[in-house]
Amino acid sequence: MSIEVKNVNRRFGNFAALDDVSLEVQTGELLALLGPSGSGKTTLLRVIAGLETVDSGQVLFHGEDATSQHVRDRRVGFVFQHYALFRHLSIFENVAFGLRVRPKANRPGEAEIRRKVMELLELVQLDWLADRYPHQLSGGQRQRIALARALAVEPRVLLLDEPFGALDAKVRKELRTWLRRLHDEMHITSVFVTHDQDEALEVSDRVVVMNEGRIQQIGTPQEVYDHPVNAFVYQFLGNVNLFHGRVDEGTALIGPAGLPVPAHGETTVGQAIAAYARPHDIELIRPRQGELGISARVEHLLAVGPIVRVDLRPDDSDAPIHAEIPRDQAARLALVAGDRVLVRPRQVRVFAA
Amino acid sequence: MTTAVLQPALALPVRPVEKATAEPPWVRLLLIGLALAFLGIFLFVPLAAVFYEALRKGVGVYWQAVTEPDALAAVRLTLLAAAISVPLNLVFGVAAAWAIAKFEFRGKNLLITLIDLPFSVSPVIAGLIFVLVFGLQGWFGEWLSEHDLKIIFAVPGIVLATIFVTFPFVARELIPLMQAQGTEEEEAAVVLGASGWQTLWRVTLPNVKWGLLYGVILSNARAMGEFGAVSVVSGHIRGLTNTLPLHVEILYNEYQFAAAFATASLLALLALVTLVLKAWVERRFAD
Repeated sequence: MSIEVKNVNRRFGNFAALDDVSLEVQTGELLALLGPSGSGKTTLLRVIAGLETVDSGQVLFHGEDATSQHVRDRRVGFVFQHYALFRHLSIFENVAFGLRVRPKANRPGEAEIRRKVMELLELVQLDWLADRYPHQLSGGQRQRIALARALAVEPRVLLLDEPFGALDAKVRKELRTWLRRLHDEMHITSVFVTHDQDEALEVSDRVVVMNEGRIQQIGTPQEVYDHPVNAFVYQFLGNVNLFHGRVDEGTALIGPAGLPVPAHGETTVGQAIAAYARPHDIELIRPRQGELGISARVEHLLAVGPIVRVDLRPDDSDAPIHAEIPRDQAARLALVAGDRVLVRPRQVRVFAA
Repeated sequence: MTTAVLQPALALPVRPVEKATAEPPWVRLLLIGLALAFLGIFLFVPLAAVFYEALRKGVGVYWQAVTEPDALAAVRLTLLAAAISVPLNLVFGVAAAWAIAKFEFRGKNLLITLIDLPFSVSPVIAGLIFVLVFGLQGWFGEWLSEHDLKIIFAVPGIVLATIFVTFPFVARELIPLMQAQGTEEEEAAVVLGASGWQTLWRVTLPNVKWGLLYGVILSNARAMGEFGAVSVVSGHIRGLTNTLPLHVEILYNEYQFAAAFATASLLALLALVTLVLKAWVERRFAD
């Protein structure tokens, strides 16, 4: 089942939650809507589900206009951030809900419901919890039950609103690999909302980056990470350092000293630019005669796993620079707080300033 | 080779650890004593007095007082007024709370204020309003008497007044509860294909059932005990338009103290039953 969103607008008072948004979700793909809070990603998901109305524009399911179709007729599976399990019903009855509310004519029999529910509970590996109640389950378990409940009605598409947002870091990681595996088995067209770039890049087939009610970029995780179309996407997909300067063919001249750095990005020669470098693309060297670099002082060092995070303060600016260098390199440099170093971005991505 | 360094255990004097929020014993005693004294003077003594006075002239007199035709008529009328007003309040309360908690619309705050009106208006005024509207000299008085309909100084007036004074209870109980629960479960139900009616019966109502029962109990207690508003519209016709509280007043004014207290003891018993029910519901509610 493919989904098409065409020129959708949605305003809340003066706030444009969705500003002329168009999007195509292909059959069987797992798509991530990624953006900061207030970017419109959840509104877009709710519009697809039919939980939110549009001011203008269309939503098509498999080429058919579903814009005015009621939520209950759209046959979507929706997984809520805070699970929204029915607190007064057992886990079994939660999953059975969608089957029990069907009109008499196509409501399955009790034995069939039982078989179906247990099958789904086995799928999410929680069949042993059938008789418990939602409040007796952990967050991760609840979210898996919410997924089983959504799948019970054999939805044409699966929509997940920050499905792992309320879980702790470890459970989050486990669940997202699990979701990816589940999707590979079932191939149901799925859209999930997240503000966590790692989650989006790791789990999805394609990522839609949103900001201020507009889609900034659509692409595979690799595409958006390696070829961000604008400064927002670049900044949102990871930590960055910002340098100002101007551009010369394939090279950015950054800082007052005009340090030449290999640069990617479309700008015209001589233009003022904003150059961004990821912390792991920053090289640190001891000051030596004849070496070029941005002179800075080490403020703080923090070893985290295999890398060392270095906070630096450049001499000519108040904006701190963050670098991440491998442990062995840090050991060779033998840095301590207060040391003077030269900062050299290995490469930068430039956008017009 | 490893060396184990043994730390000498510090010999601290054993002293019960006081919680940071605990008050010294004399403060606690004083506060508990004050609270108990207050309860005793304002609740236990009057309650005991009711039963003592009711039974002072013997069980025979007590029995006679609560089974004489006028008393039984008062019991019936009280039960009737409650039996009509409580279900109506239940339906109205659920509808109002559902609308206010789950939807956004214009005039919502006005509606909330209006629901609170019976709490802020004196019951006597409430009764008077009905007299002004439906009484002989009232807006509809002429029309009503032409069609031979009696509302004031008759049973319909008493029911109306009772509904008016009790209608905030259920809604007030449900609104904060429903607001706290939000609309996610309802949305989940609708996405799963449930109709509005199925969502109400299978999701919304089960989630608020204890709050609902609590509101009904309070509303019932008030319906049976209401004096002011009912007194104004009743006309005090013995055996016809007297509820239990009005019957108590009449007996008392006629110096039939034993009978007055006997009838009052019925209301007091009712209050005790209500309290027990309320406590039980509150405990279930808390789970």
